[in-house]
Amino acid sequence: MTTSIKPSGGNAPGRTSSNLDRRNFFKVSSIIGGGIMFSAYIDTLGAATAWAAAPAGEFTANAFVKIFPDGTVQIVAKNPEIGQGVKNMLPMIIADELDVEWKSVKVEQGLFDMRVFQNQGAGGSTATPSNWMPMRRVGAAARAMLVTAAANSWKVPESECSTSAGVVSHTSGKKIKYGDLCALAASVPAPDLATVKLKDPKDFKIIGTSQKGVDNHLVVTGKPLYGIDMTLPGMLYACFHKCPVFGGKVVSANVDEIKAMPGIKHAFVVDGLTPLQLTSLVSGVAIVGDSWWQVQTARKKLNVTWDEGPTATQSSVGFAAKSLELSKQPSQRSLRKDGDFDGALKSAAKTVEAAYFYPFISHAPLEPQNTTAHFKDGKLEIWSPTQQPQSGSRQVAAALGIPETDLTIHISRSGGGFGRRLSNDYMIEAAYIATKVPVPVKLLWTREDDIQHDFYRPAGWHYFSGGVDAAGKLIAWRDHFVSFGEGNAFASSAGLNGGEFPAGFIPNLALDASVMPLGVPTGAMRAPGSNGIAFAIQGFIDELAHAAGKDPVQFRLDLLANQAPATPPAAPPPGATPGGGGRGGPQRYDAARATGVVKAVAERSGWGKTKLPKGTGMGVAFHFSHAGYFAEVVQATVSKDGAVKVDKVWVVGDIGSQIINPIHAENQTQGGALDGIAAALGQEITIDKGRVVQTNFNNFPLLRMKQSCPVDVSFLKTDNPPTGLGEPSLPPVIPALCSAIFAATGKRVRTLPISKMDLSWS
Amino acid sequence: MTVTFKVNGKSSTVDVADDTPLLWVLRDHLDLKGTKFGCGVGQCGACTVHVNGTPTRSCQRRASTLSGVEITTIEGLSPDGTHPLQRAWEELDVPQCGYCQAGQLMAASALLKKTPKPTDDDIDQTMTNICRCTTYIRIRAAIHRAAQLAGAGS
Repeated sequence: MTTSIKPSGGNAPGRTSSNLDRRNFFKVSSIIGGGIMFSAYIDTLGAATAWAAAPAGEFTANAFVKIFPDGTVQIVAKNPEIGQGVKNMLPMIIADELDVEWKSVKVEQGLFDMRVFQNQGAGGSTATPSNWMPMRRVGAAARAMLVTAAANSWKVPESECSTSAGVVSHTSGKKIKYGDLCALAASVPAPDLATVKLKDPKDFKIIGTSQKGVDNHLVVTGKPLYGIDMTLPGMLYACFHKCPVFGGKVVSANVDEIKAMPGIKHAFVVDGLTPLQLTSLVSGVAIVGDSWWQVQTARKKLNVTWDEGPTATQSSVGFAAKSLELSKQPSQRSLRKDGDFDGALKSAAKTVEAAYFYPFISHAPLEPQNTTAHFKDGKLEIWSPTQQPQSGSRQVAAALGIPETDLTIHISRSGGGFGRRLSNDYMIEAAYIATKVPVPVKLLWTREDDIQHDFYRPAGWHYFSGGVDAAGKLIAWRDHFVSFGEGNAFASSAGLNGGEFPAGFIPNLALDASVMPLGVPTGAMRAPGSNGIAFAIQGFIDELAHAAGKDPVQFRLDLLANQAPATPPAAPPPGATPGGGGRGGPQRYDAARATGVVKAVAERSGWGKTKLPKGTGMGVAFHFSHAGYFAEVVQATVSKDGAVKVDKVWVVGDIGSQIINPIHAENQTQGGALDGIAAALGQEITIDKGRVVQTNFNNFPLLRMKQSCPVDVSFLKTDNPPTGLGEPSLPPVIPALCSAIFAATGKRVRTLPISKMDLSWS
Repeated sequence: MTVTFKVNGKSSTVDVADDTPLLWVLRDHLDLKGTKFGCGVGQCGACTVHVNGTPTRSCQRRASTLSGVEITTIEGLSPDGTHPLQRAWEELDVPQCGYCQAGQLMAASALLKKTPKPTDDDIDQTMTNICRCTTYIRIRAAIHRAAQLAGAGS
């Protein structure tokens, strides 16, 4: 299992020195074995929230660096590793400012502790922007104390000392290793984190260099690293059988018959919470036994009578019909209105109308949902692959009526996340089952459970109309967005932000919205909101470029040159996804950065310079999300019988001044682009009779090797703080692919997935 | 039923229901957790092992068919994690979440055994395992790199 270490320095009897101002908390302690531990309080939530949340006297360090006499440096990586490389990235930042060699660093996964870390989530591409400066300061403060210790012992000014590779050197040639300074540094006054001297970025030695995954060797040798690999002595295995209609309740079940089957130890009906909470514990039947296969075998004999509830009549066909009906009515509300759309459309030289649709899709991380839990003496210990342990802890406590102080959550490495594991439903199920069983229990879902009980990327419809003037300038834009929700609130991740591009770039613009009720749970999926919105918006921009007779790159550059003067940003409506920048991003759309990546990707891809054969085409798109500006070009070939082959993708991203770990950045960016292609090509979740039709990878296809293609990745470094990379490379690849298909065939893809469309040509 | 077979060179006997998939025999009865569960229907290949040298989706192979077979899992791919593929995977930093990679390595090692210098087309046809993180570009490159390492006899 992933190592969990208690982040407290409880084994530290020695001297300590600390700066006790909460905002600048930094502390050093000696630890057993002659080592030294630096701990700091990092505010990754935003000052006001974190300080208000931490009661006086309970304020604790949340960043930890240990140096041992042999020169080993141990750094706690606090966030869950789900494949995004954060277990490298955060410690690399500390190690560079500390000025040690990366090979001397041992990275340890931190135990979840809300009281200590405040924020241990993996989501929203937030780890980089929220930790970049704080982690640098921690490393720099520790380094400063080691320098002070060396200077004191040599009785020389600190200004004559320098550091490199875990060694302090004096101009006289004297040298001392960090490991030999542990005792001395423990009594040095702690510096002020706010003013501690940071490296000039040109002196970075680890940041900006490629450092391979710290767990790679364990991965390639098949070591038990993941949640699913957890084993405890005496552990039993569980499945949890829920109603195929979301929120349906068990009326009766043949649990006595199930209990008599081989290997089955327990079988019981779970009522679920009242009122119904789809994000927490819902009704179902739990089966617990000696092996997971026996539990699954028994499950096949389960006979359940369900009360399927009010959403059992919902269907994708019904949603589509309702959407069409809503599109023909006045919109329920306006998200934004600039200028005079109707007047401008009337005066336009050319107008275009088009309806775009993207379906529900499932996250399908490859490791099925699972959690191991042990309830003993009123305390609950949990091992879970989760992206959001803090909300898991809160939800488990609320659902079970157990105080959070009686919960311990170990963060397991996750076999993929993509936003699925922001929801902790499986953790709550396992926790509940564990309280009914006197031994540790591992709950494991099947793939079918996962595909049919997800928090789906919501479907959405965009009914566009737009117009260009005689010069080909985009002068009128309306998007009637039809989505899911109630009243003024969108369903989770089903929103549109009034600031979403091209708002602010077209003088006469109307963003309108109508919603219909939904009984299907939805949630954040890699680049939430943006992963559908970019397809629709960039697709329609491409149509308008074509109507204007303009080159698709030039049309976009012209549009970006047309930004209206800054106005204060409007507050997003409830449920709106963080489009228009995402969390941690600047409020004002930076047209210069968007222009930069569009120009760069055009150049890099040889846009307009290659004569392509019929059936092959290039498409371009750009999108701003999660604080990153990305432009992408796709070249695709469509065979005469309509089969699509993606030939190559070019990606140019602007995520600020620094790519922290280039080898991971490239992998993550390629993954984002190919993930988008997989979704666009063939993925769709459909609802019929209130339940999901798809079951497994045979009817919810993931990308395979032969569909993969080269993805050329480059970054523009701009003078902006570094931001995250888990998400923003995904959205633009979908419209770029669809526009490439248009260039190849003359057929416009307005409905995803692409596989539903006849693309044959002659 | 009781069934005896060899796993990674060692004789093993388990007492399981005869329809128990090899995947669960390995994971839950022999505590070999390197072989992963992804779909249970033979689609994803995360559970790929070698049965008598043939790459096999262990979720589709029943215990009743295992008598006397020789199985190799990721734990037995090399004694010390230095199979050319494992070295290439580390050198090119292939994994993201890493969950599928054991299955990818087992599929790739069967490919290299049969075709020591595979072409891209060989890789396309043989490597049908799913990587949800879509690390295919690096998997492909690492297979070529491993072929080179193996060819150099290092």
